[in-house]
Amino acid sequence: MFRLVLSILLATSLAAHADAPQLKAGTLSPAMPAPALGLAGTDGKPLDLAHYRGKVVLLAFGFSNCGEVCPITLATLAGARKKLGADSADVQVVYVTVDPERDDAAQMRKFLGAFDQAFVGGVGTRAAIDAAQKNYGISSSKKVHADGSYSIGHSSSIYIIDRAGRLCAVMPYGHPVDDFVHDLKILLRG
Amino acid sequence: MRLTPLVLALAALLWMGFAPIKLPAREWVFEIPKGTYARRMAGDKVEILPSEIRLTLGVQDVLLLRNLDDVPQTFGPSIMMPGQSLRLPFEVESENQFVCTAHASGQLTVIVEPEPVWPWQKIRWRVRGWLEKSKA
Repeated sequence: MFRLVLSILLATSLAAHADAPQLKAGTLSPAMPAPALGLAGTDGKPLDLAHYRGKVVLLAFGFSNCGEVCPITLATLAGARKKLGADSADVQVVYVTVDPERDDAAQMRKFLGAFDQAFVGGVGTRAAIDAAQKNYGISSSKKVHADGSYSIGHSSSIYIIDRAGRLCAVMPYGHPVDDFVHDLKILLRG
Repeated sequence: MRLTPLVLALAALLWMGFAPIKLPAREWVFEIPKGTYARRMAGDKVEILPSEIRLTLGVQDVLLLRNLDDVPQTFGPSIMMPGQSLRLPFEVESENQFVCTAHASGQLTVIVEPEPVWPWQKIRWRVRGWLEKSKA
């Protein structure tokens, strides 16, 4: 009898641990519905996150003239999808521009396609982009150089939206491919 | 008899250097209280969180932030809705600069330090902890 009780307790304890795998990303609790973007997609369709229900969405903000942060982020996300193999079909990367003055659909499509043809960009008017940034707490600031060109400093985290369309986690900039693979495997299982 | 204080000091030093460092939780919890945004809008300089947080890998390496305010707050990598919390684990020694709307300065630095392994590291970690507690 004692052994039976002990076995049940042990099994329950193990199950509890098995039920709660920890993400490498920051976890938002409770997960809430991801705010709508209200933008156009680089695939020629309205960028509606509900369209990706059933997939895990990796959502980030950046711009095509970005020299460092965006290429690293996009290369990391492309690397994660590649490592996932067939499971990558259930992972959608959405990259929204913070530079609508220069990034139209064609420009973003070309930029994102250099990393992964399956990536979808988000474009729109300045007002629409500002609204999307506000909904996701994304800050950006323009820095004008002496020659008149400019760069944009911007939040560089990657939001993770689960299969049910809930904003459930956020990966700070700088995490390696394997951290994304780790978390995506957990989220795709769930 | 005269040796007793010396023996006690030595014993304390040995304990500080060799006893494992264990805290009740890996998480360092912060809460943004209800009404923070309203108080700030009314001109009150609200300082809820320290401008610098030190975490130690393997000891206390998870930041848990709860937004109990009535408005969304941006903390570092994420926006948090009212009633929402963000559990942010760290696995690498690093210094992180975060945007934080709960700070009057709008900035928060999170320093992640390596796990104290050697006796002198444990002694330093404990002494600094006591000093910080005594300042608070």
